[in-house]
Amino acid sequence: MNYARHVWNHLKKDVRLEWRSRDSVNGMLFFSLLVVVVFSLAFDPTAAMSREIAGGVLWVVLLFAATTALNQSWTRELKNRVLEAQRMSPAPASALFVGKALANFLFVTIVELALAPMFILFYNLHALGQARLLWIVMPLGTWALVCNGTFFAALGLRTRNREMLLPLILFPVSIPALLGMMQATTAILTGEFEPNLWIRLLIAYNVAFTAACVLLFETVLNAE
Amino acid sequence: MERSRILGSLAFAWLLLTLAMIVFATRLGLVMAPPDALQGNVGRIFYYHVPHSMLSLVWPYLNLAASIGFLYWRRRDPLKALSADALAIASAEVTLVYATICLTTGMLWGRVQWGIWWTWDARLTSMLLLWLLYVSYMMLRKFSSTGQTQTLAAVLSIFAAIDVPIVYKSIDWWRTQHPSPVFFSKDPDAGVDKSMMPAFVANIIAWAMWGILLIAIRYALERRRQALEQDAALKAIEDSLEFTR
Repeated sequence: MNYARHVWNHLKKDVRLEWRSRDSVNGMLFFSLLVVVVFSLAFDPTAAMSREIAGGVLWVVLLFAATTALNQSWTRELKNRVLEAQRMSPAPASALFVGKALANFLFVTIVELALAPMFILFYNLHALGQARLLWIVMPLGTWALVCNGTFFAALGLRTRNREMLLPLILFPVSIPALLGMMQATTAILTGEFEPNLWIRLLIAYNVAFTAACVLLFETVLNAE
Repeated sequence: MERSRILGSLAFAWLLLTLAMIVFATRLGLVMAPPDALQGNVGRIFYYHVPHSMLSLVWPYLNLAASIGFLYWRRRDPLKALSADALAIASAEVTLVYATICLTTGMLWGRVQWGIWWTWDARLTSMLLLWLLYVSYMMLRKFSSTGQTQTLAAVLSIFAAIDVPIVYKSIDWWRTQHPSPVFFSKDPDAGVDKSMMPAFVANIIAWAMWGILLIAIRYALERRRQALEQDAALKAIEDSLEFTR
């Protein structure tokens, strides 16, 4: 119960910070709009083709957009040595991580909700499979990206050129999850095969990596 | 000093033994073993490619064990932790070398047998992913500041270890073009002819010995680098003490 309250406080703090500046969400939104436009120039999508590629494009857009925002979310903590204060506080370190990951999850979800109409407009999308399943696939995929992304952003926080390091370590580890979300989304959009297998993969991935992140976060925070 | 001389001569003996084994195994594979029933002489790359791919899946366990050891001893016994870290970096680099050899020889074989250098088949992709994971491990080691490199790298190694089984699970789920696993496979047609076995086993042993040698040399190198670093740090402290006095 106490742990949940710590998480809630961290989450509240991050959401309040974001609410006052709105940097991350606005930045991600415009960035993803740009990438969507660039991709449609590259592929000249017709309705049939866009169904094939939209699943992949969507997750690539979200991956890039999230990467730009994830570094920001920890850089905030460096100002005025807030992170040092966090390290000294008796609250469990992983609560800080869970709170921040939940906040980032919320921000990326907002971007997704705004992005969905854009995708439908620009790619003439109309799902042939069970579109309802997207309500499961999207949160699962987003959590897979955001949980590991938040963790690795913290891991690279005090390294040289951290902006560059994050994608270099996040992408290789995320590839099975990316495969899962892209396949599941494509399966739903085209209706040609079942997405269930890939949803199961995403669930397994999320369980394994969320546990690893929560357990190892304190080590990373106090790595010296 | 005495201990290091014994270790040095042991390493030299091991080197000679390994070289002899490699020569013997290569001769078995290239000359003595019969040509492959379906592929002819091209199939002989099997004796080089498969041992390397199998071993490149063994060294990561060493890396993982060393990384866990490092995290365990980090606060309890820093000196032991340092040697665990030296083992971690040595095994990571050798993993990268073996995986690179596996990928390159696989491509050479694919060009002849399939007519293409590369295909996005699950088995090839998962090997490439293993390679990518270890490249990112090396990148992290290079980018992070000296005080925390070992801890961060150990954490990433654990993440990679969790990732690998998930990647491998996709083998069953994705259609494969790569020949199904020769060993430990459910396919009744899998396995090699008895006449190929001696050459294959000899090659596995030879390249495993070679890998152990590489890891030992790299380990010794890293230990020396650590010792130098410690000496420098100690000297800096002593100098500063003298200065204040």
